Amino acid sequence: MIKLENVSKSFGDLEVLKDISLQINDHEIYGIIGQSGAGKSTLLRCINGLEDYQSGTISVDDVTVDLKDKKKLHLLQKEMGMIFQNFNLLERLDVYDNVALPMKFWGMKTKTPEAKKKIEGLIELVGLSDKIHARPRELSGGQKQRVAIARALVLDPKILLCDEATSALDPAITRGILDLLSKINKQMGITIIVVTHQMEVVKQICERVAFIKGGRVLQIGKPEELFIRPAKDIKAFLHEDSELLPSEGVNIQLFFTDESADEPVISQMARKLNIDFSISWAKLEDFRSNVYGSLVINVKEEDKDKVTAYLDSVKVLWEVLNG
Amino acid sequence: MSSVIWTSFQQTLYMVFWSTLFSVILGFIPAIILTLTAPDGLRPNKIVYETLSLIVNVFRSFPFIILLVIIIPFTRALIGKAIGTRAAVVPLTVSAIPYIARIFETSLRETDPGVIEAARSFGASDWQILLRVYIKESIPRMLNGVILLIISLVGYSAMAGTVGGGGIGDLAIRYGYQQYKTDVLIICSAVLIVFVQAVQMLGNYLYKKLS
Repeated sequence: MIKLENVSKSFGDLEVLKDISLQINDHEIYGIIGQSGAGKSTLLRCINGLEDYQSGTISVDDVTVDLKDKKKLHLLQKEMGMIFQNFNLLERLDVYDNVALPMKFWGMKTKTPEAKKKIEGLIELVGLSDKIHARPRELSGGQKQRVAIARALVLDPKILLCDEATSALDPAITRGILDLLSKINKQMGITIIVVTHQMEVVKQICERVAFIKGGRVLQIGKPEELFIRPAKDIKAFLHEDSELLPSEGVNIQLFFTDESADEPVISQMARKLNIDFSISWAKLEDFRSNVYGSLVINVKEEDKDKVTAYLDSVKVLWEVLNG
Repeated sequence: MSSVIWTSFQQTLYMVFWSTLFSVILGFIPAIILTLTAPDGLRPNKIVYETLSLIVNVFRSFPFIILLVIIIPFTRALIGKAIGTRAAVVPLTVSAIPYIARIFETSLRETDPGVIEAARSFGASDWQILLRVYIKESIPRMLNGVILLIISLVGYSAMAGTVGGGGIGDLAIRYGYQQYKTDVLIICSAVLIVFVQAVQMLGNYLYKKLS
């Protein structure tokens, strides 16, 4: 378990992390989302000791991340593999030697039969057995990230840290990498922390997510919660402004969760209440193969109470928007 | 005539070979110190970096012909005499050290900072990062620098004739140019062109192979 308690960090006068408290459970895929410059990558670097923090505590399995205690930190870093936006492979080493590199840092032999079996096994896991002696320059972006994933797993870490790991990849390749991360999480039970600015990434694999803005955690929850009923700042991040909604009548936003998404709520309501309304805005999306959505309808002022009463009766969450 | 050219060519090879070897070894040390103490290095240290950088610059801005003369007492102390092919290796080496130090520093510092960060994240020590990341990744670039050094040392070795260093360049100046023997001048130039071309081709081949 990774625990952050009231963590703050500044670069000179600039405060980049402000009083951050998070708890990431074992075997979880946890997302940290926010815009560039929100402090999310810094947060990740503080967790594995690449950067120091000024106050608060970070602990990994009850061991405090402390840059002054080099020995303890060193052992802790072995428990955490990391992958990066730009893959960061060594250009002059082939796939095998890139994957083996962390072992060399730990004084392990990389050519013994056991080591070979392990390294080749990881390369097979990421689907690059046919590229085992290729140099990074011969690989595509997605393949490079696969090599980086194998490298991050070679010291048998409990945690995998992903820093914008798919930001340099196109959507189809991203999906492949995310599938691989899910597989690693399920098969090997590795806790994964994903730092990203891509909502798609969070939607596809994260069980929980923290939204960060200006160095502060604004909201923590399941991605579907964050996405369906976003707080104001998150709405702006998702580019969902309510400016396009009609100014006459009442705008009511409906929230559909996994059970209610399949029900024909809208058409039934129109029929049963015998009223007219227009649909102003809608969105329906996939979260780890569950469908969630949200819809804004515009009703006449006099129909408002009838509609809300009906929505309550069919247990659909709703909210009256301004206007 | 051909035996004179052959002897001169051997002298050139002798001067270029030894001064390259010594300057690469001796220039590597300040290059490493510069890389480590640079603002983006593993152990940033402004005072050490700026001081060493200044020394390198001072030595680099010395005109070679002046260095050749003022270094004579040092050369004499080092190898017992100040005249001859062997003696010429000393000023050539001294002038090449800051040159190659700067080239190696640039090569090393071109290492992708992301790769260094990745190594740190896996628990690599500074020493391991220096050896397995900085140096390992920079070898092709450093090799390119050595080729550059060899070629400019061929040029500088011509001036070593001033201290009796001999060599093809010296031959071209004394016989070809000063005694109006155009054929010697042409042959000497041709030999140098072929030599430089061969070194460059070998360098390109090795660069491709290593990177």
